[in-house]
Amino acid sequence: MEEFEPTIVAFVCNWCTYTAADLAGTARMVQSPNVRLVRMMCTGMVDPKYVIKALLSGADAVLISGCHPGDCHYINGNYKARRRVKLLSEILTTVGLDPRRLKLTWIGASEGNEFAETVNELVRDIKALGPSEAASLGAM
Amino acid sequence: MATTSRIEVRQNGPLAAIREFLAKVLADEEIASVMAVSNVRGAMMPTVVTDPEKLSAVDPFAPAFHLNAARQVARLTRGEMEGHMAAVLRPCEIRAFTELVKLNQGSPHNIVLIGVDCYGAYASRDYHAMTRANGSKSPDERTLEFMGKAPSGGLEDPAATPPVAQACRVCEHPSPEGADIILGLFGADASKEMWAIAKTPTGEGLLNRLGLPDADSLEARDRAVEEMAARRLAALEIMNAQTAEKISTPEKMADYLADCVNCYNCRVACPVCYCKECVFVTDVFEHEPWQYQGWARKKGALRVPVDTMFYHLTRLAHSSTACVGCGQCSNACPNDIPVMEMFRLVGGRTQAAFGYEAGRDPDEPQPLSVFLEKELAEVTGGVD
Ligand code: SF4
Ligand code: SF4
Ligand code: FES
Repeated sequence: MEEFEPTIVAFVCNWCTYTAADLAGTARMVQSPNVRLVRMMCTGMVDPKYVIKALLSGADAVLISGCHPGDCHYINGNYKARRRVKLLSEILTTVGLDPRRLKLTWIGASEGNEFAETVNELVRDIKALGPSEAASLGAM
Repeated sequence: MATTSRIEVRQNGPLAAIREFLAKVLADEEIASVMAVSNVRGAMMPTVVTDPEKLSAVDPFAPAFHLNAARQVARLTRGEMEGHMAAVLRPCEIRAFTELVKLNQGSPHNIVLIGVDCYGAYASRDYHAMTRANGSKSPDERTLEFMGKAPSGGLEDPAATPPVAQACRVCEHPSPEGADIILGLFGADASKEMWAIAKTPTGEGLLNRLGLPDADSLEARDRAVEEMAARRLAALEIMNAQTAEKISTPEKMADYLADCVNCYNCRVACPVCYCKECVFVTDVFEHEPWQYQGWARKKGALRVPVDTMFYHLTRLAHSSTACVGCGQCSNACPNDIPVMEMFRLVGGRTQAAFGYEAGRDPDEPQPLSVFLEKELAEVTGGVD
């Protein structure tokens, strides 16, 4: 049987995690084809709707990754992201999505290694978890 | 000690007594208008009353709740006002107004909040059916009948014909917290007396000027409030457990929403859904024909309108932390989606996640309006 290949949508901050992802790529550390990177100017720009839409459109997990606390270029965008992720996980788990399908991490621009590890670990977790519980809903 | 006055009820009953009381309020030098539910052309609607004569149509105890007036109060207090308005409101209207004030949609400065001890109200559909069925009864008679039946709690039994709305049956805040003055009914013999209880300096100032006699003990009321809250909390727990089961998977949630036609009445009726323009009616959701075709091909069949689940999950994200459980969403739904049930369950969880309770305290900032450097380490797996 074919192995389940999860789709992971990653909203990453331009100033940190995006650069880290780039670094990981050029250093040939991460090759996972499962991750679709969406470059944001800040995690504070990740509207909860983006996360919901991604999960309703077939994503098996959503990763949001931004600057470490204290490092956000817009001062508190990452703290906003953190509260929103907390809020979303309450809602999404209530309707039966596994909490591991929404992940928030802090990965600085120089942390290519970290990025590769985070992604590989997430892919591994989601493979073990299986396809999203919301996979069947389509555009409802 | 805070001022607690007695509103004497004479032969002509509690409605006459409350109208007299409001006439005194309106006559006060600082009060320019009284806002309260009145019988307008046979419908029970919020009204802004400036002429004491018109108070004869006022009925704050009517078991009809066609809209949560918090949004109207917000509109009436946003900007300069001529004098103070005394607004007679249900507890959930006050709590919704508190949320709107936090969102800068209204102002608490030129308003005196007079909260009624609330026995609940019928769902609008049930209320209309009732008025049609016994058209010979006057609105006053209907209200008095309700006031006679409600205190026993019997109207909270789902088997009652009809029972009060589901939202009211699980409302653990029947006493109007946040009011300047409480119109106390609980534990009172409404054929003899009611109480006016000042809870703030504003309320106390007004009440003192009205020159009403002092009330004796409020012990009976305290006991009644406690009993009601306990009964409602127990009912809420049962309802939440049932709702949790009904929406426990995305598939079940889709079933739950299956009859939804995306009319968005629920958010229009919601007092705390405050955006001027809802994103769901903007171009963002004007999809192209080819997109529909694409979605259809994916599963072989596409339910239209689309975005139903998306809408409800988004509204839960936007408004559940401010939900006061008033039930107007369910009241407004043409297709009987239990929207309130979903919001009470999820709102209970999202509010608890931030140690927040909608409407509890005007000084408590809304959870998504504060962001701290050190908090919620669990969200990022213990890394902060
Ligand atoms: S979501 Fe429903 S119950 Fe909650 S405040 Fe809005 S209308 Fe009232
Ligand atoms: S009012 Fe009812 S049908 Fe209309 S959008 Fe809300 S849940 Fe759907
Ligand atoms: S700039 Fe990177 S999270 Fe805000």
